[in-house]
Amino acid sequence: MPKVTFNGFAGGTHTVVVPSGTTLMRAATDNRVPGIDGDCGGNCACATCHVYVDPDWTDRVGARTATENDMLNHVADLHGNSRLACQITLTDALNGLVINLPESQH
Amino acid sequence: MKTIDSLESAAIRAAARARTAVLPLAELNPADPQGFVDDTVGYLFERLRREDPVHRSHSPIPGIDTYWSVTRYRDIMQVDTSHAIYSSEDGITLMDFPPGDEQKLQMFIAMDPPKHDEQRKAVSSIVAPANLNNWQDLIRERTGKVLDNLPRNETFNWVDLVSIELTTYMLATLFDFPVEDRRLLTHWSDISTANKLTNPDAPEPEVRMAELRKMLQYFTRLWNERVNAPPRTDLISMLAHGPATRNMGPAQFMGNLVLLIVGGNDTTRNSMTGGLLALHDHPQEMAKLRADPALVDSLVPEIIRWQTPLAYMRRTALVDTELGGKQIRKGDKLAMWYLSGNRDESAIPEPNRFIVDRQRPRQHLSFGFGIHRCVGNRLAELQLKILWEELLRRFETIEVVGEPTRVRSSFVRGFSRLPVRIPA
Repeated sequence: MPKVTFNGFAGGTHTVVVPSGTTLMRAATDNRVPGIDGDCGGNCACATCHVYVDPDWTDRVGARTATENDMLNHVADLHGNSRLACQITLTDALNGLVINLPESQH
Repeated sequence: MKTIDSLESAAIRAAARARTAVLPLAELNPADPQGFVDDTVGYLFERLRREDPVHRSHSPIPGIDTYWSVTRYRDIMQVDTSHAIYSSEDGITLMDFPPGDEQKLQMFIAMDPPKHDEQRKAVSSIVAPANLNNWQDLIRERTGKVLDNLPRNETFNWVDLVSIELTTYMLATLFDFPVEDRRLLTHWSDISTANKLTNPDAPEPEVRMAELRKMLQYFTRLWNERVNAPPRTDLISMLAHGPATRNMGPAQFMGNLVLLIVGGNDTTRNSMTGGLLALHDHPQEMAKLRADPALVDSLVPEIIRWQTPLAYMRRTALVDTELGGKQIRKGDKLAMWYLSGNRDESAIPEPNRFIVDRQRPRQHLSFGFGIHRCVGNRLAELQLKILWEELLRRFETIEVVGEPTRVRSSFVRGFSRLPVRIPA
């Protein structure tokens, strides 16, 4: 059961624990973490689950897919550690993951 | 209230349903605008989703001719998110124009990457969520003023006095367009989506192009003022100074203006009307909303799903491919019927019910998905949210006193009239 901490753009922190195999987007929407809408239901098609992976975790979380890159290309505040939460599957290896939320989803 | 009109339209719908059930599949043509005028196209989609979800459709109109109707949520999602297979370059509506015809407008919604990405970025920040806080107070103040000035105890056209007034005002603000001329924006929006071939009442193509050239002239004057001034935050200034857009030729400038005007006008306008109608048709949902105004947050996406103000978007296959078991050939055109996908029970529970407190109300197709997803979606939602908050605060009842008049178009799903009365 990996644990994830979401840091809101304007402060406010949410920590959730979800079953292994859950996507980071679902972990947020199922627990009503504000700032992650997931309009497309996890199809990598709306970019409303844009997150920044904390620098300590980027290696373990891994790189963007090609489609994800196309979608992220359109967000207002793209950084090197930008990811779409629906494309990250939580496993025990990511237990303790720290995520920061962008201003545009504030 | 059951009026003669509403009994008549119920009879038309019942007849259309019976007729649709027995027509040979091959004869089903969702692009026939009559189905939108009568609001009966839903019966046709119901049948296609069940019997032939990716359907080879034929229109008697030569410029439309043969196209694929994609009617299920998941197939639509697949097409919309596969921009390397399904191109937007041949346009977003089913009508084809001869190569070089100036009627085919050059706008970034009808481009593929990388050109699409560059031009879209030039305008996206003005309507980006982070910028919306700047608009909120202004929209609320203006919405309040429009509502306070509505006639009381007499019948008026909601489309004109509320939906058009609010969306046109918003658009004038985004463009920093002279407010006193704002109804020109409505006029140009209507003109650009008018199509003589599918609507006999529409202006002739030459008249339409002449009007659009007037629009171009007007905006060129604004462009020239702003290109010589320091960059500001209105859309014209952003286009005039943006590296990807500052060298646009007149045809591209015109195309992108039409895109922004129609995108910001026709769509929200019709959701503003469609939402009132939906709540009128579902009094128990209106009661729920009155009891708990915080439901506005889920009401807004539900209205946008229910109305689906743009019924479809067109794509053109770049390669031979397969979709829902059908062979799609390179060059074939497809209509992703968002209106149908938004009623697909395999993706949306109880899709034919309007539910103000729906679970996952944001999962609908009305904004499209993938790289062309509506750039102004958050602004649209904000405008609708503020409208409903201010309506609920002010008026205990809003009576719809007659049948709506629907627009003759299979692309813009909208209204030209909705008679409404607000008791004093």
